Amino acid sequence: MRHDNLLSAGQLSREDIEAVLDRAAEVAADPGRVAERQAGRLLALCFFEPSTRTKMSFDTAIKRLGGDTVDMGTVESSSVKKGESLADTVRVIEGYADGIVLRHPSEGAAKLASEFVDVPVVNAGDGAGQHPSQTLLDLYTMRENAGLDDLTVGIMGDLKYGRTVHSLAEALTNFDARMHFVSPESLKLPRGVQFDLHEAGARLREHTDLEAVLPDLDVLYVTRIQRERFPDENEYQQVAGEYRIDADTLDRARDDFTVMHPLPRVDEIAPDVDPTEQAAYFEQAHNGVPVRMALLDELLGGDDGGAGR
Amino acid sequence: MSEHELRVAKIRNGTVIDHVTAGQALNVLAVLGIDGDGGLGVSIGMNVPSDKLGTKDVVKVEGRELSQGEVDIISLLAPEATVNIVREYEVVEKNRVERPARVVGLLSCPNHNCITNADEPVDSAFAVVDDGVRCEYCGEIVREGIGDHLAVD
Repeated sequence: MRHDNLLSAGQLSREDIEAVLDRAAEVAADPGRVAERQAGRLLALCFFEPSTRTKMSFDTAIKRLGGDTVDMGTVESSSVKKGESLADTVRVIEGYADGIVLRHPSEGAAKLASEFVDVPVVNAGDGAGQHPSQTLLDLYTMRENAGLDDLTVGIMGDLKYGRTVHSLAEALTNFDARMHFVSPESLKLPRGVQFDLHEAGARLREHTDLEAVLPDLDVLYVTRIQRERFPDENEYQQVAGEYRIDADTLDRARDDFTVMHPLPRVDEIAPDVDPTEQAAYFEQAHNGVPVRMALLDELLGGDDGGAGR
Repeated sequence: MSEHELRVAKIRNGTVIDHVTAGQALNVLAVLGIDGDGGLGVSIGMNVPSDKLGTKDVVKVEGRELSQGEVDIISLLAPEATVNIVREYEVVEKNRVERPARVVGLLSCPNHNCITNADEPVDSAFAVVDDGVRCEYCGEIVREGIGDHLAVD
């Protein structure tokens, strides 16, 4: 990968993606080999929004590479609360760390940050924009479970505000994938993402109902529909109920079907799916560590210069 | 158009922006930062008959020639516009506007959640795409009503 930052999935070529996934597979097979690769390096964790998986897996990833983290803490306890701009915040933090992982509630925040600092910036989620490191671990999990060629992928739930969806869909245009987008009318893919997919020549169809496409799918990527997207509770309950899967759903799908979810889930995947062979979402979350180790190693450069920027 | 129909007087020195998309004249003035306070002589024709466009707007500004940035944004509001430089009542230069590759600092992003609307020290930046503009920060696409998003006072 020849990038200084990871800001959006659209910047990644197939070769970039495969390089990170191959590296992640090596790391997963023998983590000890890279245990000192980033010794002495510090990664700044700047999370302006709550996070469990993303933050902890970046934290784990750099530490398993021999590095360490400095954590901005919560917004409430930081100078952001005093009205400091993001541009100023990252310029200060640049002096403390060798790279910045940024999550922010505004779209475009990571791009802005990258314009003010010289250290690598990883977009760990910008509003309803992008979440490209999640995409890398999603693709890793997909490749492990179903392969990435001649793939039929369903993506279901909140496609409008779901940043993991936007990044995943853009990345899948690099592969031989057919995409089916399943959502309520009010949560369809935004215009900007549709534009990129069409520009990339993606093969995609949009649906409001899963049933018709379910038997064709190799993978179903489920996302959470958030209560706050709906004006009233009744409407939310009705919509959320239509986009929920359970063990019965699996009976109507192919035998080698794979169910993924970026987590956290609420009730869009019933617990009776968890023990099935089709459920890949906890494995997916675990894959965050080797994939982010591979990513950070690429972006920060290793001590033997082998995977430098 | 006969003298009988002439609605907007000729200017002596300045710029005539002709073939402006009907209804966009006030946005063109907004782009130029002209609100009447500066003392420039300004004439506007709105929804006047046009052979080429059916109806069009015309903006005439006395004593002012346009910058490239101004022409760029006018090209987005009024792709058919022509910019005529007038000296001593004669048109000395006549240019069609050309759409630029990007526009910086001239539009504000309609996505309220875009970082460029968050009081950060950056100019907005839009790439010009087939039938509109696209925010380089958040990806928002604006096709209709570009004039509603001018980043000018």
